[in-house]
Amino acid sequence: MKFGIVVFPGTWSDRDCYYSVHNICGQDAVYIWHKETDLAGCDCIILPGGFSYGDYLRTGAIARFSPVMEAVADFSKKGRPVIGICNGFQVLCEANLLPGVLRQNEHLQYRCQWTYLKTENSSTPFTNKCKKGQVLKIPISHYEGRYYASDDVIKGLEDGGLVAFRYGTPGGEITTAANPNGALNNIAGIVNKKGNVLGMMPHPERSCEDILGSIDGNIIWESIIASI
Amino acid sequence: MPASKEQLEEIALSRKEYNLIVSKLGREPTEVELGMFGSLWSEHCGYKHSKALLKRFPTSGKYVLIKPGEENAGVIDIGDGQVIGFKIESHNHPSYIEPYQGAATGVGGIVRDIFTMGLRPIALANSLRFGPMSDPHNRYLMGGVVGGIAGYGNCLGIADVCGEIYFDQCYSGNPLVNALCLGIGRREDLTRARASGAGNLVMLVGADTGRDGLHGASGLASRTFEEQRELRSAVQVGNPFMEKLLIEACLELTRTGWIVGLQDCGAAGLTSAAIEAADKGDSGLDIDVAKVPRREKGMTPYEVMLSESQERMVVIVKKGYEDRVRDLFDRWGLHSDIIGKVTDDGMATIRDGGKVVAHAPVKYLNNPPVYRFRPKRPAWLDDLQELNLKRINDIMPGDAGKILLRLLAAPNICSKRQVFRQYDHQVGNNSVVLPGDGDAAVLRIQETTKAYTLVTDGNGRYCYVNPLVGGVIAVAEAARNTACMGARPMAITNCLNFGNPERNDVMYQMHQCILGMSQACRKLKTPVVSGNVSLYNETRGVAIFPTPVVGMVGLIKDVKRHCTAGFKSEGDAVFLLGDPGDEQALGSSEYLELIHGVVRGTQTIDLRTEKNLHDLLIKAIDRGLLRSAHDCSDGGLAVTLAESCIIGGIGFKGDLPARGRLDSMLFGEAQSRAVVSVSPGTVRKLEEMAFKHRVPVTRLGTVGGGRFILRGLADLPVNDLVKAWSSGI
Repeated sequence: MKFGIVVFPGTWSDRDCYYSVHNICGQDAVYIWHKETDLAGCDCIILPGGFSYGDYLRTGAIARFSPVMEAVADFSKKGRPVIGICNGFQVLCEANLLPGVLRQNEHLQYRCQWTYLKTENSSTPFTNKCKKGQVLKIPISHYEGRYYASDDVIKGLEDGGLVAFRYGTPGGEITTAANPNGALNNIAGIVNKKGNVLGMMPHPERSCEDILGSIDGNIIWESIIASI
Repeated sequence: MPASKEQLEEIALSRKEYNLIVSKLGREPTEVELGMFGSLWSEHCGYKHSKALLKRFPTSGKYVLIKPGEENAGVIDIGDGQVIGFKIESHNHPSYIEPYQGAATGVGGIVRDIFTMGLRPIALANSLRFGPMSDPHNRYLMGGVVGGIAGYGNCLGIADVCGEIYFDQCYSGNPLVNALCLGIGRREDLTRARASGAGNLVMLVGADTGRDGLHGASGLASRTFEEQRELRSAVQVGNPFMEKLLIEACLELTRTGWIVGLQDCGAAGLTSAAIEAADKGDSGLDIDVAKVPRREKGMTPYEVMLSESQERMVVIVKKGYEDRVRDLFDRWGLHSDIIGKVTDDGMATIRDGGKVVAHAPVKYLNNPPVYRFRPKRPAWLDDLQELNLKRINDIMPGDAGKILLRLLAAPNICSKRQVFRQYDHQVGNNSVVLPGDGDAAVLRIQETTKAYTLVTDGNGRYCYVNPLVGGVIAVAEAARNTACMGARPMAITNCLNFGNPERNDVMYQMHQCILGMSQACRKLKTPVVSGNVSLYNETRGVAIFPTPVVGMVGLIKDVKRHCTAGFKSEGDAVFLLGDPGDEQALGSSEYLELIHGVVRGTQTIDLRTEKNLHDLLIKAIDRGLLRSAHDCSDGGLAVTLAESCIIGGIGFKGDLPARGRLDSMLFGEAQSRAVVSVSPGTVRKLEEMAFKHRVPVTRLGTVGGGRFILRGLADLPVNDLVKAWSSGI
């Protein structure tokens, strides 16, 4: 299958995403410049991490107006898979492809560390290779990663089983201490109602090789590959 | 009309230097010329007080491709057509005045030095010094500096993989912020910072030029803070997003063949970028400042030439390729303007529209006078180096645990996790050993089996008490850290932070430190490939400790054969490699200062012994023999053992070699030592190997359980160690 990796000015995990889906998972991958309107026959679109437009104004707020985002929205409306990682998650929220916002971390500091994600829904195109409740070791790296939404949106996410991942302990317990940024309900990743758009703050592309400390990120790529 | 005293003071030139300029030119310099001379002859750009000494450093070796001074950074050849470029640089004074922007632009500047050469910047490191955290102003400075490094580096997507932070009163009025960047690339993609070929075009790319950073090189970096001056305008403001675009655009450009050179605008801005490139290319330049896009109205040619506005690059474009180059920058949303051309007359001609405002030979501008000194040994050093232990009571066996916990919580020893978790240390998918897990960072080299290590090191207290030995140890400890990861040290970069060089004592310190470092570099085969000198680090007559900082890169042949510092498994045997040392090892130690308030007594080191230890560590790790290896340094043997427990999350039980004073056994900082662990079945193999390498080996105990037990001295839960270690800053 073919992954399309969108590159905004200021994006930096484009190269890491390419490396993990192409060099590690052996799939085709292409970079898609933010000014493109054609998604080049891709089967899955990745909005990678970074600081699109320097995160000036508000994270993701300028990137959502890039020409490519219209094409991404159309792509998602057809039910095809879109995954936004970190800054990509922020862009998806700004583009109204996912509900809620990502606010500054509660402690007002950047955080780069390993996190343990409890899989809450293993029937999405992104998690179908996860066992029920499986814990994935995947790192975060962000300043604005605290998921936040109104009470009814949160209720809708919870009731609809749209929370994909929650920050937890290595054993899968959901605790306040395991929450690295103050996200509501320890939310690390969500899907839209159709289940074909995933936004997550942690970086699966950084945890695809033993030598780098974890291979759990591959489970997400393999799930996508299996769903196509 | 000769320049006034005030004019000369503003650009930090002496009357004698001014007269030299007049005699070279055969006339009084114009205002713009004087500004250009002032910057290029500043300590920061011209190295006039240090150049003669820097010649002492060994600069060649089997890995070295580009030596210091040849380009923006040194380059080593790591085989398979790949090269690594790296350099460390200071941004001390700007960080004191405006900590966030000072540190941020320090990162920005060193990153530009790397991608200017056609190398992709992939790792950052730093070395920081502050006054004690008990002073709120020092906390403010540290918060700002760490925030600035994080804010800038994280936005660029370059992994910040290692660093060190030390605290001492002497840095209160003058913190140190040294930033290192490392880049990797193919040998054929190396780009030179050179202007040549008459008729080729000079293009300025990136940010518009403003009044920020005027006199940064001459005014800020080349004098002390004696006078109360408003210097904030001499600090620049960074835009990491613009820098990220410049990285991508310039790396694309260096693969096209459309340019002859690339140079960043750093200290002294357009002046140094243009003049240095012209000098390297044996050319002249004709630049029209009216064509330089500005951020504000009414800027004079003087201000345009000396502005240190960030995120600007000078590109020497082959004639006829200018449209293609401009299109490339346009695609990245970057502004580019042709501001002049390369000439073959060897002159720097600066115009403002129709009027020539400077016309001076490039060779004069770029060749400041070099000062030589024969500093005398200050008498106070003799007393400082002596350590009379009769006046210092040894510790009681029952107090060992308590003192250990105090040392673990000392700001100079404790965990720096609070700091490094604010830096993205994993972006790039190369980070194999993360900060806090080993004595150095290990980064794999994609699409090969190789890896490299990176570490920064420097101990100002050792250098203050004995600048020669301190210089040796700065290099030796970096190499020991490197060897503890299983890497062969390849080369170093250094940042030489000292006080006012016009004072004999400071000059002596610098002289001795450089001699010591040179000795170590020769013996350990780690030539100096790049560096930076930061002088005048003093405020109101108080100089910092002489603080040379070493950044070292090592090579691991097989990334799987590396080692980390934490103990691994129940039952592993723990050894001390190296001589346990004697009472003099307490000299200049963290223990002596923290517990007894004493800073005195020299360390000693033998480089042959040191080298033997490194060879043993590298070989043993390459053979897969060692389960853990940790350099024995600040806080001595007890702290090293405790750290291996903390990092590994497992206990230890054993004895210390019984010899002499208890405190020196526990906390003495004898050099050339490491604590290692091996599985029980390979004990004899390690002993044989150590014997062959002439390294003393002492069995200390066994890994296991949840307690840290030194029989008869300390018995503590590992959790208590963790708590103390995590609470220091």
